[in-house]
Amino acid sequence: MSFKVIQPGLSTSIQDLGRPGYFHLGIPIGGAMDRFALRVANMLVGNPEGAAGLEVVFMGPQLVFEQDALIAVTGADLPAKIDGVTQEGWAAFEIKAGQTLSFDFLKSGARAYIAISGGIDTPPALESRSTYPIGALGGIEGRNIQAGDVIPVGETDMIEPGLSVPENLRRMPGRPAELRVLPGLYWHRLTAAAQEGFFRDDWTVALEADRMGYRFKGGKPLEFVEREQPFGAGADPSNIVDGCYSYGSIQVPGGLEPIVLHRDAVSGGGYFTLGAIISADMDLIGQLQPHTPVKFRKVDMAEALKARAARKKMLAAVRAHLG
Amino acid sequence: MKTRYTYGGDEHIYVEVDDEMSLDAFFKSLSMSNAVRNANIKGVTEICPANASFQVRYDPDVVAPEEMMKKVQELEDKAEDAEKRLKTRIIEIPVYYQDPWTHETLMRFRERHQDPSGTDLDYAARINGFDTAEAFIEAHHSQPWFVSMVGFVAGLPFLYQLVEREKQLQVPKYLRPRTDTPKLTVGYGGCFSCVYSVRGAGGYQMFGVTPMPIFDPDQKQSYLSDFMVFFKPGDIVKWKPIDRAEYDRILVEVEADTYVPRIAEVDFDLEAFNADMPGTNAKLMEALNVV
Repeated sequence: MSFKVIQPGLSTSIQDLGRPGYFHLGIPIGGAMDRFALRVANMLVGNPEGAAGLEVVFMGPQLVFEQDALIAVTGADLPAKIDGVTQEGWAAFEIKAGQTLSFDFLKSGARAYIAISGGIDTPPALESRSTYPIGALGGIEGRNIQAGDVIPVGETDMIEPGLSVPENLRRMPGRPAELRVLPGLYWHRLTAAAQEGFFRDDWTVALEADRMGYRFKGGKPLEFVEREQPFGAGADPSNIVDGCYSYGSIQVPGGLEPIVLHRDAVSGGGYFTLGAIISADMDLIGQLQPHTPVKFRKVDMAEALKARAARKKMLAAVRAHLG
Repeated sequence: MKTRYTYGGDEHIYVEVDDEMSLDAFFKSLSMSNAVRNANIKGVTEICPANASFQVRYDPDVVAPEEMMKKVQELEDKAEDAEKRLKTRIIEIPVYYQDPWTHETLMRFRERHQDPSGTDLDYAARINGFDTAEAFIEAHHSQPWFVSMVGFVAGLPFLYQLVEREKQLQVPKYLRPRTDTPKLTVGYGGCFSCVYSVRGAGGYQMFGVTPMPIFDPDQKQSYLSDFMVFFKPGDIVKWKPIDRAEYDRILVEVEADTYVPRIAEVDFDLEAFNADMPGTNAKLMEALNVV
């Protein structure tokens, strides 16, 4: 079983839940930016939650199916159509052999996830099918999908279509989007005024926003505590001796525009980081379009863990709902 | 050196062994990260050693952050007592300095450089007090280097030269990063050399290029058959200057998947090194002569 790519969309990639274990060699975990959405899409079509699907950015692909399959589209509000007939989001629907899956314009969010019953069955690289173009790993020949690709899908017994997830069990960012931050890492490099300003200022998502990282602009430049730069760090006050970067960590080169590292993060570098987005809010970043207003909110570890537990509870509720 | 412990969100613990670079800080961070690995702490998913720091990624649903922090802190004393000795390897990496490809690239991005009138090597030579680029190149390859970190992107090594701090070469990064760097460029930023494992953006000064692939997902080269990434922290590197003819010769072998780099097993003892740097380095480099 397979489907053929007629139009790839803007930047459509094969993603699963990533390849942990190689970050110490500069190979990031990768995988769906909005993991909740991918998991739910898979559940809707009867796949294991970590099966590989398509991550679609802003503009949907056009795909022709060779055999009958069950499809679900979650995440961004990007209406799917079968031979021109609009389908519900966050719900499983059937596509027949020879039919075309296409998409309407994006209504909200940034990334939609397409799950196909059986899951995409491209050859895994380092135990994952996730596409990491910088390292030419996963996906199809290590790249995003393109017109003419024939993408294999695993064999499966199709479950009945018709499952759907109610709105209260979906998750999308508010407006302004609130991203919760646990200060730490090199937080002490900022002056008290800069520490306060970072959380007080209004930010918006910049154009440079992709799987590696999201850049934000609009806040005031951050000032650093004066010091003589340590040996090997570099002359700029925002420089450190090159160290590891955490997923979700926030670096601010030159104190100007914060960058949040995401699933395809570089594993290290020479910029200070002021803390990290808590794990519970990483999915939300994947749904932010450029120009979206954003507020960073300071939390402590207890609140970060509480939020993490809430996310787990929501996923469990979806599992229970879908039985 | 004062070790600083902090959280990177709810899934990472970050340990800065020292805020400045030194071999002592590198050794301590490497032996602490090894101790964390050997402790097999439940919930740990990634351990990433860096130049003078390291990071542990863990699942807070399996091990609570405070508990994880305590476990890592407890391992500091053990690492303190660990022998600063390493069974490792020295690898000779051929470098074609002042090659046409990095030259073309550096000219393309000249307006992002501190000195738009010269080349990266001319600039690096001048600010480090060398009369010519050739003299700087000599300093770059005459003493060996330590791989102190692998990362940034897939398989990229950061290297720290095995010389006294006064002799360390220091060069700032580009004023604004380039959007392009040729694959296998030998670069320089701060006190670190690097090899760009893949083509892409970069901010390090560009000195030359090696014909020897160091990252290949297809694992075609014999020396990449175990794993697609060649370098690991603790490797020792000796740059070998080569000319265009030799570069082309090696490239033919690389394309036929028959290139075999010169590699020798060596022991590195930090205390012996600190006591006699030129002597220790001479011995390390001699090991390559018998390969």
